[in-house]
This record gives sequence, structure tokens and C-alpha cells, in this order.
Amino acid sequence: MSGHGHDHSHDDDHDHEPGVHGAPLTDTQLRVRALESLLVDKGLVDPKALDSLIDTYETKVGPRNGARVVAKAWVDPAFKQRLLSDSTEAIAELGYIGRQGEDMVVLENTPKVHNMVVCTLCSCYPWPVLGLPPVWYKSAPYRSRAVIDPRGVLREFGVQIGDDVEVRVWDSTAELRYLVLPERPPGTDGMSEDELATLVTRDAMIGVARVKGPRG
Amino acid sequence: MNGVHDMGGMHGMGPIVAERDEPVFHHGWEKRVLAIALATGFLRRWNIDMGRFTIEQMPAVEYLRASYYERWLYRTERLLVERGLLTAQELASGRADGKPPAVRALPPEQVQTALRGRRAARMDDGLKTPTFKAGDRVRARNFHPTHHTRLPRYARGKIGVVDRDHGVFILPDEHATSGTKVPSHCYAVRFEGRELWGPDAGPRDAVYIDLFDEYLEPAEMHS
Repeated sequence: MSGHGHDHSHDDDHDHEPGVHGAPLTDTQLRVRALESLLVDKGLVDPKALDSLIDTYETKVGPRNGARVVAKAWVDPAFKQRLLSDSTEAIAELGYIGRQGEDMVVLENTPKVHNMVVCTLCSCYPWPVLGLPPVWYKSAPYRSRAVIDPRGVLREFGVQIGDDVEVRVWDSTAELRYLVLPERPPGTDGMSEDELATLVTRDAMIGVARVKGPRG
Repeated sequence: MNGVHDMGGMHGMGPIVAERDEPVFHHGWEKRVLAIALATGFLRRWNIDMGRFTIEQMPAVEYLRASYYERWLYRTERLLVERGLLTAQELASGRADGKPPAVRALPPEQVQTALRGRRAARMDDGLKTPTFKAGDRVRARNFHPTHHTRLPRYARGKIGVVDRDHGVFILPDEHATSGTKVPSHCYAVRFEGRELWGPDAGPRDAVYIDLFDEYLEPAEMHS
């Protein structure tokens, strides 16, 4: 493709990679390249399938999907009811199905209950609606602290929770995947579903942020 | 197993560092590892619980030092060799031994179908009658198996209330070793913060944990 041969044909972000402009490759880079080339030689992976997998999670599946689910729930009470009673099927109505989201549960945040999601044992995360998890979600600090000090964690994310509000932490220890339905912010009455979707952030759907209105 | 992966409630892991406008991947090799892991997973020589158990068996110091995709790389290399898809010699040398592969690669045109499969760990609800129902008081068993389990240590021996029955799923413990699909009801169980962490926990904090029949007993048994 690029004329540099197989090794380089798939590296589409050279500028982030050490080892591209004359610098030596790291051990991990070398290990990954060697493994891929071995698997391709053996006929165990097809490089085009790998490119397709990467493209899916880099450009197609991400938190914009979840934002559409949330915005629809805010404007369509019947959808919201279905979303809370049979989350998997309601989310599937928008086409978001499959790997790491086969069995979904949506948790509604209210003025009295704040939900947040963690996976203390690994990094389980609802891929079809949020994409791949951010580094902090997969990190030891978040995984260790979310269950023992949820209000402290929320404060670090800039979220103050009143003493009268219950905090529910959901530890994704099995194959259920959780999506938080955040509260609709004030000042958004006239907004369309598409406009609302632009306000909804990944962190709000994990439950470590609130959704801010159009004027912050 | 009582591994370092079971982190709930630990102290000393440092501050949570959230990166603004974080990219999906930080390095080109991370993309390749994600894709290789998924594509080799689709060869069906191991299941997700075997994959998790493999990562859990990383030496603890290495586990803590490794990034998410470094752990994935470790898991993939190890499972490929353990399941006989690669020899240790091939992995070390990077050269194929010329023998034909036991399975064929996932073709690119089947990627989307494979990713959009809607059934993973769920089993038919008729396969097992539930032991508990919403509202039941339960105690998480105090066991410490050396094999894979999804009952986190911080909940063991603690009393909670069944919030809901999610239905029948594959029990991860057996699945991670033999691959046998043991049907088990999976429940969201609510534990009060003070039950888990003592009087310093917030009075309005609760943790919901997804737990299987085999992880639970009626709370009255020891009271």
C-alpha cells in the first residue's frame, strides 16, 4: 500500500509512534509487530480483518452512541420507559448491539439517587454505547477507590453530591454492562434530540459527571 | 484467586488521572493488540473467562506495572501458546514453523457479524431455578479459591439484599478452567457502604455487585 512493505502498511499514526523517524522501536512495538507478522504468516489472522476491527472502535463505536440513547430517553417518555425496563432491547432499537453490551442495564440518576459504574476486577465497560474505556477507568486508582470512597472520587471529578442524595456504585463483576442515564440539565427545554445529544458526555454516562446545560 | 487484580477497597494506588480529550488509542501498537486479541478470540480456542484468568495469573508486580493493552498482549501470547496455535519456539523466534494452522483466520467480511453477536454469557432461564429472589437477605460466601472467581474479596462474608435477578448466565468459575457452561442465576446484590467498610462509610452509600447463586447463601445461616 505505502510501498514500505507489510510492516508499515498498517501504522496510520506514525507521528505518535517512537521508532518512526529514525528512533529505535520500543520492545513492546517490536513484540507486537513480530506477533502480528507471525499470525499473518500462519494464516491465523487476516490483516484486513485487523484493520476493520480497529476502524470500528476508532471511528464508529464510541460515546456518541450512548449520547443518542440518553437524548432520546430525555425527549421520548415511552422510549425511556422501555430503556429502564428492558435496556438491551431499547438500546438495540438504535442499532447499538453486540460485544461487551450483550446484556445492558440502564441506571437512572435522579435528584435523590446518583449512580456510578466501575469494574473492580478488570475493566468491564459497555462498548456498543461508550466505545473503549478511557485509561482512568481501567486504572488501579479508580478501580480501587470507587467502591470505598465514591463521594471522594466524585469530588475529584468535580461532582459534589449532597448528604441527602444516595450514591449507588455498580461493580460490573459479571456480564451485565451498565449505562447511567444522567439527569437532563436545566435550560434545555427547547432543544432538539440531536442538540441534546451533543451535551451528553462519556463521563456522565459512567456516572462521574453531570451533564451541563448549553450555558455551562 | 486472591490476586492483585481484585482491587476494590485498596489504598495506595495514587490519584485518578483523567486525561482531557483522550484519544481512543495512545500508540499505534495498542490498536494492533486490540485487533489481534479480538481476532484470535474469534478463533474460539478460549473464552472470555479463560482470558481474564490468564491476566490474573500475571505476576502481581508485572500486572501493576503493565498498561491495559500490555496485559492484553501478555494474555494473547500466552493463550496462543497454551492452546497450541503457536509454539513457544515460534513466539520466541517470530518465525512460523511451516506447519498448517489448526484453524482459519476470521475473514474481514465476517468481522461486523462477529462483533454484533447478541448472545455471550446469557443462557436460557429455564436451565436453572433461582435460589434467591429480589428482597432476600443474602451473605456472600467467605471462600478463597485459587481458581478464577468473580466474587470480589471486599464482599466476602458480607450481608446484602438481592436487588434483582438478571437471569441465567454462565458461571465464570468453571468456565475459566474447563470451559464447561454451568448455568447460574446472576443477581445484583445491594450492600450498604457501612456493611462493607464500617462506620466511616457514608450512611447513604451502597455498592451493587453482580453475584451468582454459587457465591451466595441465605443470610440467616450464620446469624
